[in-house]
Amino acid sequence: MSEISLRELRHSYLETPQADADWALKKMSVDWSEGGAYALLGPSGCGKTTLLNIISGLLTPTEGEVWFGDKNVTNMPPDQRNIAQVFQFPVVYDTMTVYENLCFPLRNRGIPAAEVDRKVREIAAMLDLDEMLPRRASGLTADGKQKISLGRGLVRSDVNVIMFDEPLTVIDPHLKWVLRSKLKELHQRIGTTMIYVTHDQTEALTFADQVVVMHEGTVVQIGTPVDLFERPRHTFVGHFIGSPGMNVLPCEIENGTPLFAGQPIPVGHAIAHRDGAERLEIGVRPEFISFAAEGIPVEIVKVSDAGRYSIVDARHGEHVIKLLVPEGDSLPAESAHIHFDPGHTQVYADGWMVN
Amino acid sequence: MATKTQNSRAWLFVLPVVVLVAFNALIPLMTVVNYSVQETFGDNVFFWEGVKWFEQVLHSERFHASLLRQLMFTSIILMIEVPLGVAIALSMPKKGIGVSVCLVLMALPLLIPWNVVGAMWNIFALPDIGLLGRMINGLGIDYNFTQQPGAAWFTTILMDVWHWTSLVVLLAYAGLRSIPDAYYQAAKIDGATPWAVFRFIQLPKMKRVLTIAILLRFMDSFMIYTEPFVLTGGGPGNTTTFLSIDLVKIALGQFDLGPAAAMSLIYFLIVLLLCWVFYTLMMRHEAQ
Repeated sequence: MSEISLRELRHSYLETPQADADWALKKMSVDWSEGGAYALLGPSGCGKTTLLNIISGLLTPTEGEVWFGDKNVTNMPPDQRNIAQVFQFPVVYDTMTVYENLCFPLRNRGIPAAEVDRKVREIAAMLDLDEMLPRRASGLTADGKQKISLGRGLVRSDVNVIMFDEPLTVIDPHLKWVLRSKLKELHQRIGTTMIYVTHDQTEALTFADQVVVMHEGTVVQIGTPVDLFERPRHTFVGHFIGSPGMNVLPCEIENGTPLFAGQPIPVGHAIAHRDGAERLEIGVRPEFISFAAEGIPVEIVKVSDAGRYSIVDARHGEHVIKLLVPEGDSLPAESAHIHFDPGHTQVYADGWMVN
Repeated sequence: MATKTQNSRAWLFVLPVVVLVAFNALIPLMTVVNYSVQETFGDNVFFWEGVKWFEQVLHSERFHASLLRQLMFTSIILMIEVPLGVAIALSMPKKGIGVSVCLVLMALPLLIPWNVVGAMWNIFALPDIGLLGRMINGLGIDYNFTQQPGAAWFTTILMDVWHWTSLVVLLAYAGLRSIPDAYYQAAKIDGATPWAVFRFIQLPKMKRVLTIAILLRFMDSFMIYTEPFVLTGGGPGNTTTFLSIDLVKIALGQFDLGPAAAMSLIYFLIVLLLCWVFYTLMMRHEAQ
């Protein structure tokens, strides 16, 4: 096991990338510390799988280097990198039994039979596969097959990292939860670095200690689930995480204070005026907006009941602002005023948070 | 009133197929059965002979010889075409313009009428004017497929391989294309050798299409007639007289309708039996 670092990485699927859009992954440097549980979160087509395949060695990056500890593995094939990967669709070797499937990666590496047997039985017990060992792998259900794929990664004692590429897509909803807790438990038990790719924020936030959010080939934020929620570094993170997502409203800056709808919006810290920025916005999550005696005047357009709270759509001019009201709180009549919590209101210049 | 659970109108829709099958399969087959148990001297006069023709055919050395030739021919072309077809499918490009080019090239031999294939190879292999014949002789090998049994077999097999390997290639290629990339990636990560990838991923995934390919090639080659008839006419001597060529000689050459009919039925049953054995063996393996 070792730390994984990506240095000045960039990748394009084209022969001669020219424009910015030709790059599937834009220049990035990311470090993954040893033993961490990471989630790689982003919408389809944002480069998650590309990044994963570069770490596993299925792809060689156009530019930049991949280091495992103090070893440069950029040009090393996957089998020499000591990594394991679980794919979206379960991969099992149909003609083999479950036992043989689990043996396969060890036998390929010429490990003595007794050692193979001991290791396979240990992992099978961990994954609750003991009773299925003599059965043909092709007859198993999707979650059983996915456990085998996972097992083939776990049997190798030397793996640097185990990567999951949307592994629960084909699993029944009620088993998703079971398998996800199993993963979490395994991570605590064996302590291998795990990287979990998903476009589902619930999966990411429940599995990972650190979430890496990607958008259009760029890593926009790396942080704990709480960081992502309370201090999204990019408006995309604000939109993508949380339900409903963050409100993003255009603003102007005057004397270090943002103005929205002609009213100053107090934020936690003073903002220097940004001349270069084309687009200035304030972002505030629906959780941190409340009705107040005075503030921004709004009209209430729609109220949707979401169980423990209501989602209120309030309109100011052409902007619709969403806010959450706890269950049981009374709602004002058609027109009201709202107030943004200064500690949780951020200013964004061209999408990026201004400090 | 009893509810009507059966809709008799459905029979009406099946009727065209029933008529078609009756006229192109059942009625001709029953005519053959009719001939196989009787003797006729024309004028629609028949004498009952029982199983005499069957006994005659089964004890005839001529039948044994052509059956043996037929079995040898079919085994040889299966042993060449199946591995060769799989090998070609494995080495074909997986994407880009090369795919279409290869597929069209592969399909070409399949589009040529069988008698044309025979005529082409006949001229191609002629020792005096054919390109292949001249070349082999030019290498210092005495080659004349119209006179040497070995050369005749070699040419017939080469022709069949040229004509039909494409079918195996196309089926195997289709099987290979249906394997998701994740299998190859997982194998790479598991450190599998190219042989292990073939043995544990590609071959199992190709099994169904290969079963079909083998069955088709078995049936077609077992009934082969046109190509060797045009190429060698069954000669030199009887050395390339396969079952169907022999059958036509007896039925139309000698006009021995009774023995020919009995032979047809035995021939038919052999094909049916071997297909059944092939299929059951392969499916039983699958079920395990």
